[in-house]
Amino acid sequence: MTEQLTAKDFATSQEVRWCPGCGDYAILKAVTQTLARAGAKPESTVFVSGIGCASRLPYYVETYGFHTIHGRAPAVATGLKLANPDLDVWVVTGDGDGLSIGGNHLLHTLRRNAGLKILLFNNEIYGLTKGQYSPTSRTGTVSPSSPAGSIDTPVSPGQFALGAGAKFYARAIDTDKRGLGDILLQAHAFDGASFTEVFQNCIVYNEDVFAAFTDRKDAANTQLHLIHGEPMLFGDNDGKGIRFNPETYGLEEVDATESPGDVLIHDERNAVLARLLIDLQSPVALGVIYRQPAESFEQAFYEHHPTRMQCTKSVADFIKGPNSWTVE
Amino acid sequence: MGSQFAVSTALSGRDFATFPDYPAEIRAPAGTTFGVSAYQINLGGEPITTAGDAPDVLVAFNPAALKVTLPMLHPGALIVLNNDSFTPRSLAKAGYVDDPRDGNTLDQFQVVTADISHLNFEAVRAFGLSKSESGRCKNFWTLGLLLWMFDRELEPVEAWIRRRLADSPAMRDANIAALHAGHAFGETAELSASLPQLSVEPAQMAPGEYRSVTGAEALALGIAAAGELADRPVLFCSYPITPSSPLLHRLTRLQELGVGTFQAEDEIAAICAAIGASYGGMIGVTSSSGPGIALKTEAMGLAVNAELPLLIVNWQRGGPSTGLPTKTEQSDLYQAVYGRNADTPIPVLAAGSSGECFDMAVEGIRIALRHMTPVILLVDGYLSNASEPWLIPIVEALAAIESNAPPEVSGGPGAQLLAYQRDPASLGRPWITPGMPGLVHRTGGLEKDYVTGHISYDPDNHQRMTEFRQAKVDAVADFIPEQALELGDENGDMVVVGWGSTYGPIYQAARRTGASFVHLRHIHPLPRNLRDLLAGFDKVLVPEMNNGQLATLLRDKLGIQPISFCKVSGQPFRISELVGRIEAERKGDAS
Repeated sequence: MTEQLTAKDFATSQEVRWCPGCGDYAILKAVTQTLARAGAKPESTVFVSGIGCASRLPYYVETYGFHTIHGRAPAVATGLKLANPDLDVWVVTGDGDGLSIGGNHLLHTLRRNAGLKILLFNNEIYGLTKGQYSPTSRTGTVSPSSPAGSIDTPVSPGQFALGAGAKFYARAIDTDKRGLGDILLQAHAFDGASFTEVFQNCIVYNEDVFAAFTDRKDAANTQLHLIHGEPMLFGDNDGKGIRFNPETYGLEEVDATESPGDVLIHDERNAVLARLLIDLQSPVALGVIYRQPAESFEQAFYEHHPTRMQCTKSVADFIKGPNSWTVE
Repeated sequence: MGSQFAVSTALSGRDFATFPDYPAEIRAPAGTTFGVSAYQINLGGEPITTAGDAPDVLVAFNPAALKVTLPMLHPGALIVLNNDSFTPRSLAKAGYVDDPRDGNTLDQFQVVTADISHLNFEAVRAFGLSKSESGRCKNFWTLGLLLWMFDRELEPVEAWIRRRLADSPAMRDANIAALHAGHAFGETAELSASLPQLSVEPAQMAPGEYRSVTGAEALALGIAAAGELADRPVLFCSYPITPSSPLLHRLTRLQELGVGTFQAEDEIAAICAAIGASYGGMIGVTSSSGPGIALKTEAMGLAVNAELPLLIVNWQRGGPSTGLPTKTEQSDLYQAVYGRNADTPIPVLAAGSSGECFDMAVEGIRIALRHMTPVILLVDGYLSNASEPWLIPIVEALAAIESNAPPEVSGGPGAQLLAYQRDPASLGRPWITPGMPGLVHRTGGLEKDYVTGHISYDPDNHQRMTEFRQAKVDAVADFIPEQALELGDENGDMVVVGWGSTYGPIYQAARRTGASFVHLRHIHPLPRNLRDLLAGFDKVLVPEMNNGQLATLLRDKLGIQPISFCKVSGQPFRISELVGRIEAERKGDAS
């Protein structure tokens, strides 16, 4: 029993039914590897999901799993976490599930800081329902429900999360095995609501929508991998950096060899910086963008409960009320 | 201030004789040293059973008036307090050490507090009155509030003010404005008076210890008692809505019984969190009213499909849509029994009185845990605040609530199978919760294979699962008591069948007419013997506060043709109208 479990131990017998080549396969693999690396116990781990392609993931992980209803996984998971705070509870959702039909629950779960590991697979499209534009689709997205291009302004998952009061926001790319794995491990370790956005490639309905920065060939120049306390460097041989422009109140690229002093140091506790990083278009910021440890909702719930949910009295102590009388 | 009480004159004047059913009487409270700073309205309609002429409503404009008058009040009486007058100085003057609004001094009353002085002052600000003149208008502000709460017309009072204050237009207009402002406050705050419940005469009360209890109190105690009987913590998850919120407030006071409360972001989150709690091994409970219950519908289907226990309380109010938030109704029976997508049967119970809310909460959770199913408990909305004498139950004497124990882990790779090995009698599956080693499995809202619980699109399996889900709810009838008569002979020309809060008036009407009386607590499934029981009567009369929903259910489930007697005015049945209808049906001349 003390034997270290491997990623394979977290695979179920169920046939995985995502489309061949779907980014979800890579995420699933990273998840099972993370569970193994974190020393998770199958019986103490629960995956709760909503509806959508991403939400099928619990069926493929050899832990407890609850495939709930569209958008509501954070609410179910909150109740579960209150009932048993010792459990390791993951929430798996997508851009439609988490930010459209379930946006309200995600908002409140993040502001409460319920101890859930929330993974949002963002593919900027509704896959399970055959390709309609989603709340993260870019304006002009041509889809079966927007043949002339979508007219909605997309929501930014990161800005949404920080606006809601999230205490942990990270970003990763589905096929970036090492980066995704490291981030999942940190998301898992966070004591509170960790919100991880995974850029996921839907090869059927929205192929290569993230190719501009996920393409490995030019990754050095299009991706900024953030590490707390370290300079924001990217490009070949880390020749480029990110600096703050006080005139535009924005971030911009700088030659790191010419102006090394201008390069910002990543401070994951700085919410203002996090908001700027979220909006950075090129390079795209990846890694833990914001992390601000705070008391989790379930900790506060039990601390404020006078008996920590234990029954210390009997109903008989309460049932008579202030005034009772006897009928002979 | 006493001599300024135009209200007393007004209410005893003939204008107010036009108020239907409720002769009103006003008098000054005895014994206050502060002059007349409170007034009492004694409203009486039907000859109700509680003692004599103690007031039903107390409006206390200061703590002294409250202190003096409190001993005269019925349990369950409505107390309206002016917050602005509860200053440390006035509390001390009245001899209060602690503010009576805190603590449990007022527990047995329906208490409405408002910043009356301030709100009144704002309402009459435009009329250029002196401070003391403005202050006097608060009598009519308060009367406006009461007229809203008791569903009375404003016009007679307004007409009286116009006549009485014809010579001073500013005072006239200010008082009318105050009257309307008080009325509007009641509407905006969704306040309603607890309607008097008709209960059994004291002479017929069983010996024992009694207290007064509201529906919200009894239901809260029942939920906590079920937790104690099941030896499980309870997590109550809800979203504020009229008239369900008092249950949330009551449960926050029972935390030492292993009860937790979670105020969710919306109705859907509330039921989903309760489902999550049940999945995690606590007793999940949620509560709402019709519109909120509608929002919870999809999640109820999830609990059915995942075979998880859950209690859903519905404090029924008038509809459709937002409808009449402060008016009572029984119109969510279809919603409870039939109102979900697909074939999604759920057991449904109904409480007949405030006190019975206790029993039905215990019964609901007992069924939920035995059969691993959500259970809906219907309560007529006004019972939330309505108080009645209640024979205090002996909790220790109630049978323990058993839950289906997790199976022994054999060591083989069969955890997913073990999760769905159902009890042959109740058809409830074992309550396996995350954290249990060796029983790791997946569940959810997709159709499951009957045996393995894996996702299944197999046509035969869906047929089997659909039949199983109905069979499980039908099996509830094997565990509940047979239907008994509340009153009357087993055979006769007339049986009156009721459910919910019509218990009191039907009981009295049946007693007076000699008709038999059947009161249903189990709505779905119905007790096994009900068809045979009703077959002993020539006519079945079904009075209900909706457009005939129980009558439809009886036609559907029993194949009988009951006579519907429907009332949807937001007011409970009066004994006289029930007696009249019973007698008319007997003569055969009812329309």
